[in-house]
Amino acid sequence: MTSNQKIRSILKDRIMVLDGAMGSMLQGYKLKEDDFRGERFKDHHLPLQGNNDLLSITRPDVVQEIHEAYYEAGADFATTNSFSGTTIAQADYELESAVYEINFQSAQCARKAADKYTELTPDQPRFVVGGMGPTNRTASISPDVNDPGMRLVTFDDLRIAYYDQAKGLLDGGADVLMVETVFDTLNCKAAIMAIKELEEDIKTDIPIMVSGTITDASGRTLTGQTVEAFHASVRHGDLLSVGLNCALGANEMYPYINRLSKISSFAISAHPNAGLPNEFGQYDETAAVMAPQVEEFIKNGHVNIIGGCCGTTPDHITAFKKLADQYKPRQAQSLV
Amino acid sequence: MEKQVPDMILSGLEPLVVDKNTGFVNVGERTNVTGSRKFARLILNEEYEEAIAVARQQVEGGAQIIDINMDEGMLDGEKAMVRYLNLIAAEPDIARVPFMIDSSKWEIIEAGLKCVQGKSIVNSISLKEGKEPFVEYAKKIKMYGAAVVVMAFDEKGQADTYDRRIEICKKSYDILVNEIGFPCEDIVFDPNIFPVGTGIDEHNNYAVDFFAATKWIKENLPGAKVSGGLSNVSFSFRGNNIVREAMHSAFLYHGIQNGLDMAIVNPAMLEIYDDIPKDLLEYVEDVLLNRRSDATERLLDFAEGLKGKDGKVKKVATLEWRKEDLQSRVTHALVKGITEFIEDDVEEARQAVNKPIEVIEGYLMNGMNVVGDLFGSGKMFLPQVVKSARVMKKAVAYLLPYIEEEKAASGDVSTNNGTIIMATVKGDVHDIGKNIVGVVLSCNNFEIIDIGVMVPPEKILDAAEKHNADIIGLSGLITPSLDEMVTLASMMQERKMTIPLLIGGATTSRVHTAVKIDPEYDGTVVHVVDASKSVPVASSLLSDDLHDDFIADIKVNYDKVRENHANKHNTKAIMPLETARAGAIQVDWSDFKVEKPSFTGVKVFEDIELSELRKYIDWSPFFKTWDLHGRYPKILEDEVVGEEAKKLFADANKMLDEIIAEGWLTAKAVVGFFPANKKGTDDTELYTSGSRSEVLETLCHIRQQTERLKAESPFMSLADFIAPKGHKDYMGAFCVTAGIGCEEKAKEFEKDHDDYNSIMVKALADRFAEAYAEMMHEKVRKELWGYDSSESLSNQELIREKYRGIRPAPGYPACPEHTEKAKLFRLLNVTDNIGVELTDSFAMFPAASVSGWYFGHPESRYFAVGKIGEDQVADYAERKGMELKDAQRWLNPLRG
Repeated sequence: MTSNQKIRSILKDRIMVLDGAMGSMLQGYKLKEDDFRGERFKDHHLPLQGNNDLLSITRPDVVQEIHEAYYEAGADFATTNSFSGTTIAQADYELESAVYEINFQSAQCARKAADKYTELTPDQPRFVVGGMGPTNRTASISPDVNDPGMRLVTFDDLRIAYYDQAKGLLDGGADVLMVETVFDTLNCKAAIMAIKELEEDIKTDIPIMVSGTITDASGRTLTGQTVEAFHASVRHGDLLSVGLNCALGANEMYPYINRLSKISSFAISAHPNAGLPNEFGQYDETAAVMAPQVEEFIKNGHVNIIGGCCGTTPDHITAFKKLADQYKPRQAQSLV
Repeated sequence: MEKQVPDMILSGLEPLVVDKNTGFVNVGERTNVTGSRKFARLILNEEYEEAIAVARQQVEGGAQIIDINMDEGMLDGEKAMVRYLNLIAAEPDIARVPFMIDSSKWEIIEAGLKCVQGKSIVNSISLKEGKEPFVEYAKKIKMYGAAVVVMAFDEKGQADTYDRRIEICKKSYDILVNEIGFPCEDIVFDPNIFPVGTGIDEHNNYAVDFFAATKWIKENLPGAKVSGGLSNVSFSFRGNNIVREAMHSAFLYHGIQNGLDMAIVNPAMLEIYDDIPKDLLEYVEDVLLNRRSDATERLLDFAEGLKGKDGKVKKVATLEWRKEDLQSRVTHALVKGITEFIEDDVEEARQAVNKPIEVIEGYLMNGMNVVGDLFGSGKMFLPQVVKSARVMKKAVAYLLPYIEEEKAASGDVSTNNGTIIMATVKGDVHDIGKNIVGVVLSCNNFEIIDIGVMVPPEKILDAAEKHNADIIGLSGLITPSLDEMVTLASMMQERKMTIPLLIGGATTSRVHTAVKIDPEYDGTVVHVVDASKSVPVASSLLSDDLHDDFIADIKVNYDKVRENHANKHNTKAIMPLETARAGAIQVDWSDFKVEKPSFTGVKVFEDIELSELRKYIDWSPFFKTWDLHGRYPKILEDEVVGEEAKKLFADANKMLDEIIAEGWLTAKAVVGFFPANKKGTDDTELYTSGSRSEVLETLCHIRQQTERLKAESPFMSLADFIAPKGHKDYMGAFCVTAGIGCEEKAKEFEKDHDDYNSIMVKALADRFAEAYAEMMHEKVRKELWGYDSSESLSNQELIREKYRGIRPAPGYPACPEHTEKAKLFRLLNVTDNIGVELTDSFAMFPAASVSGWYFGHPESRYFAVGKIGEDQVADYAERKGMELKDAQRWLNPLRG
């Protein structure tokens, strides 16, 4: 059975659990500029601290340890440390040339952790989700108020960048690709096209997860779409799952997941933040605070995949896993 | 079991489900250069704003999809398609519908597909050039995630009979669905609508064949939809819109009966089928349905007779509402903010009731209740409510003499919901927010006694006692006002008062109210977030039923806030001052370059034209003043408040024109530069001359002292941006005002019961002052100080502070201690030079004024001091030569 088939068959049986945040876990290691540079980038001419994706190359021990902490907490999936692993996002650091390596090594860190835990718990096989962030550019909005027709990035720029990222992630051992934190559906459509092209080139089906972001109480993506319009726009991707992550805490996200769940034939994923940011920009809902909120998603049959975004930790994932095992999964037509 | 076909779901910003429930879908045709000469001209001349308006009219006219076509010989079609799609993507009222990307050239279609985030429809592909390109395009369209229109066209030509139509559609369908796996629900056939009534016999059955083919497709090709370009059918009746509209409606009627799902139409040019005159309908249907051999001649004869009454789009009478009953008219005027007829209506109402007060209690309050409900449910916004208030005030002013007369006659005392004393506290001159709250409350039948700005606490309390007030409402914008509010609360306690105290204004917060003000007073203290909350709060407080629960809730809520605050407070450590000093930002002065300003000393600028300032205006805070939240310009397109924001913006610009044309306001500025060096660790010395021998003034700064989240983050102080002694460094100071004349103008409006414009002129004066500060800072960087003469930034970049150097204002986060402002005023001799004065609390008057320091060092940046320790308070008092207790008072908001 391919991992694609395995995942689909497990999803029919139970709710699967995604990991939590990478960034806040990394902060706990108090890494310094030297950690980010390592040997590989020690002579790079720009400061690199904060370019978290690089740590997959320079501190793979740390990244793998975090993945293992999430698997230990009960996650079925770990998301690779590759949120900014596109030539477009790495351009800020002038590290476009390192993109393949970033994605390959990020997938490797998660792969090694997954294989280790699959061996430890053979009845709960672990999978690697190749994370593909939104990049720091939007194809649908002009950066210049005086020229609303202007664009800083084109569909083709994005498609090419995502193709490179997808290839690196798959070569490094990702089982699934997740286009996540989608604030601009056009960016996401470019990613879907890139993955479809890669599928044709390597003659293998690639399961795709898409996860959008509703930015505020208007209930819309940053580029203005409702969840229904967003779903209609990505439905052609023949997805493994569609869902939402980031920006909102579980309570705020609930109505939108409910709406997606009603209209979609795909599996539904939700990975909310640990609440809304406090006045210092930190997320402080603990596992105990978040769990009853997340239980609503699960209990009412709205999700197939549950996990956490900003501010969530292995403690949160332990709590979610416990809840996931208590309830039946949502019936998704595309899995039947 | 037969597999169920999913619905076709297209999308723009919102979804469009094409199913049995949706019914027929209108595709707007006017944004097509081949079909609309006007649109072609606009695109060719690059008059994009008007070209966008065409799309907007289509959507407003009922188009559920808009068809966009740029196939014109003189155009670079690809470029035009991309440009236009990108532009309308920025218009939410257009982009909410899906787009139909229409071209006969694949390159243009593909360029279009790369611009749309939603699920669009491609129009069209066909087997015209054979199977191979058809398959290639269809596969691509599937990957782009669009639906597709397939024309009934193959290598032999365009299908013009029933048999050819179904043959080609069947062939196309099989290839798409079986060979490529194209989702069948996303296939739309266009079986060709051709002109009828052309006089050529072969054309007579075109419409009949189209209907039959449509029926066949819907019955035999699961999931497939049918569409067509409608205007074609009436092509031979050009110039006769009555016949054309009737023909279009009749065609659609029969098409829909046969299963037509959508058509490309001009939604503004459709007659309602049942409204078509019976005789005309008969002639038209004879032609469409090929019912008699002389049908065309008969219709042509009839059409000839109709000439001269060429159909015009019916104009909707905007004064239709004037025909409604009196209450409806009054309500309409209040909701829409129309003052034009209100006096007539109120007079009519007065004649209809026994006592004039009943007009207020009945007609007007009924109308205001509707306004209140709409406001409360978020369907009206603050600027609208203020306009409603303007109508209300006009009406009340009209009635007042009659009411007085009536009262005098009967000795009656009118009742209201309660009396509220409103004031801006001592030392503070800001009153826009207070006025807005006052207007909103008075609309809700509270009697508002507004005793103005800079009101000492004794006077506020005396007024409350004198008027037997039910509530006191305080407002303030600057941080010292927070302490004034605390003082007033404690004085209410001393006087053993019991009435509730409401707190509002930009720097106030629920936390401050709960932690600092509420404990001073045993009565109820409530923080009111914005004007919309003022009515429910005041009503609850004065309601017999709600009062107890409301107060209990507030107490519980504030207890919790205090508890959280206490907990949080413990987690953020304040470091010893010495540690903070040791962790100062390390500026490398070894390669310090002297950058001498073009002058030292003070210069006054009196000749600035307001028109020059206009482009420097940052509009986002303006909308915030009116409780419309969002960033400019995005707020103008905001789904919820966008429409109101637009109206407000238009009103603001109209007033700006008047302010500039009629010179309502005068702006002035004073700028100074001084030789400067760091003194000790935390101060700056300014000198009288370049020899730096005589000290002109010493500025005392405050250093951040709370634990750094990251070990490497410095403890910031403005002192660190000035070079130590031995280097020839400089710093500057400025004060600008745009408020000269503002107060007078505002009063004029108030006299006319026009709070809306009174608030508007103050809000705009504030914007001008900020704009002047921005503009002057740019002039300083490029010219007066001149350290960055090559700078070239857009207004947006200026707003985002992308330049070198800062202009922190005393009283704001980087230098939060207000009394330093007195030094700035002395240095620049501000009051003599430009007439701006300082109040006891160091607020500037006129309020539309801005002052601050100029730091030019590349490392200088904005920061917030945050909490400080008692060691720094004592040290500061000593450095500044201030009594410790005074330092404690002025630094109170910062003390940990």
